[in-house]
Amino acid sequence: MPSPAAAIDARGVSKVFRGDGSADLKALDDVSVTIRENEFFTLLGPSGCGKTTLLRLIAGFEFPTEGTIRLYDQDIALLPPYLRPVNTVFQSYALFPHMTVGQNIGFGLEMQDKPKREVAARVDEMLRLVRMEDLKDRLTSQISGGQQQRVALARALAPAPKVLLLDEPLSALDLKLRKEMQIELKRLQTETGITFVFVTHDQEEALTMSDRIAVMSKGRILQVGTPRDIYDHPEQRFVADFIGEANLMTGEIAATTADVAQVRLVSGAAISATLPAEARPTGKVTVMVRPEHAEIVASTASATLTGTLESTVYFGTDTHFNVRLADGTAFVVRRQNDRKEGRQLDPGTPVGVLLAERAAQVLRD
Amino acid sequence: MARQFSVRHQRGFTTIALICFFLLYLPIATLVVYAFNAGSTVGTWEGFSLRWFEAAWENTRIIDATLRSLTIAPIAALIATAAATMAALATTRTAPYPGLTFKYAFINQPLMVPEIVTAVALLVVFSQVKVWTGYSGLGYLIMAHAAFCIPFAYLPIRARLETMDLTLERAAADLYARPWRVFRRVTLPLMWPGILAGFMLAFVVSLDDVVITEFVKSAGQDTLPTYMLGQLRRAVTPEMNAISTVFLALSVAVVSLFFFLSRKKT
Repeated sequence: MPSPAAAIDARGVSKVFRGDGSADLKALDDVSVTIRENEFFTLLGPSGCGKTTLLRLIAGFEFPTEGTIRLYDQDIALLPPYLRPVNTVFQSYALFPHMTVGQNIGFGLEMQDKPKREVAARVDEMLRLVRMEDLKDRLTSQISGGQQQRVALARALAPAPKVLLLDEPLSALDLKLRKEMQIELKRLQTETGITFVFVTHDQEEALTMSDRIAVMSKGRILQVGTPRDIYDHPEQRFVADFIGEANLMTGEIAATTADVAQVRLVSGAAISATLPAEARPTGKVTVMVRPEHAEIVASTASATLTGTLESTVYFGTDTHFNVRLADGTAFVVRRQNDRKEGRQLDPGTPVGVLLAERAAQVLRD
Repeated sequence: MARQFSVRHQRGFTTIALICFFLLYLPIATLVVYAFNAGSTVGTWEGFSLRWFEAAWENTRIIDATLRSLTIAPIAALIATAAATMAALATTRTAPYPGLTFKYAFINQPLMVPEIVTAVALLVVFSQVKVWTGYSGLGYLIMAHAAFCIPFAYLPIRARLETMDLTLERAAADLYARPWRVFRRVTLPLMWPGILAGFMLAFVVSLDDVVITEFVKSAGQDTLPTYMLGQLRRAVTPEMNAISTVFLALSVAVVSLFFFLSRKKT
């Protein structure tokens, strides 16, 4: 399979917002990222991490202080938004309140001076795509939030952009609608074959929809990978913490082979852990294990880690066991609940923890 | 029982409210009533008649002044609204900066400087210009009216722009609209109710002006209000009441029309 073409290729992009005097804000710091054609790519990070700034640079609402942004083979970094074949779904939707649903959807094509018949046909096609045929002549103030969301999507998709940018478009919806729209978005992306660049601070949203995720913090991209990569093999403490829950332990590298290291933990136990890409750490390292990649057992005899059970918390679908390891670190084990009651583990009793194959991941410093 | 503070339960509230309403509306009601007086005083009722409306209609000087008012007001309001629209766009589309408040005050000069001062100043300047150019037409009045109407047009337009979501313009640009088309298709339609309100307000303010008009007008350039003022110096007949009544009806009609239009268009 030939490697897919790059839809967006950002190289060394920095964005500094000039503040009053010394208070300059570096929103993006030397960011390089390649977004492939037809992929659902998510920029994930807490507020203020620069994800929205990067999106705006691609849309053309801001211009980079340094670096280049290529859309296929064209450098678009300094083009105004109306010259970029890129459309945006805004967080607030930004539907034109003085136009009907149909007029909103047709606006982009009309501005490209497409013939009236073509615009009308495309508007109907888009209305079908987002299942809103009946609401074509309504004003946007007369439809619900979820419907507005669909209109915003249809409007941005109508001109068939090369890349669709989505700026936290689901954040205003309630939980149930949000779940529906997540599926809907994924369907639209598959059906249209358009490259989606999605911005969110919601890790679950990112994991469920994305082909690849870029985790951002403080103006930098920390790690890019598939949801599985990011979740199972976070390479930095921030990524491990931000996505899901993480048990962190300190240890020392005893030996390394290709991408696996033998780590001797403080407690004396030796475990094998995956190394971060292109890294050969030595000496003291931090190791991460996801709570559901460990198993709790009553016998301490053959367990990798030993400790005392402090408490158990029942969550319906699963149960969390809070363990205090022998060396004093806290460790959480998550177990899927089933119909069997099983043997109860009492708080205060000594327990053992078994780690799944390749459960541990060495973090970069 | 703890009851919330309500001004309506304060002693004397009803009385004060009634006095205010009477002061506001009783004189106007009286004026309108005596416009239909058959007699020739504004104090003694002698039966119902439309004779003063007929008299006013046949008075060429009144018609002349009315037409002049109706020439000046729309032109001045149009100029003022155009200038105010640009000023409002320029003062709302920026991050607040030191001096912005000063700029607001600068634009709203006619609201701060006593009208009589402006009137005298204009008189002095324009009389000099008249000597230089030899022109003594309606242009001076139109310019003066346009100038003092600007803040009345500016305030509602600015209010409208301040509540407008700038993302809408960004969205239009994102959808391939060039700056001029963004303005034509998104900004202008959305600020239109503000512009309309500004125009109506400027129109009414111009129609109503006495002080500046009185100072700036050349001979034979009476507007309706200055003509009426001139007449009041002589014997007062219900003819004045009749004109005032028509004037009042016109103002109410304009304001109602605007209210109706702005409610339909949001």
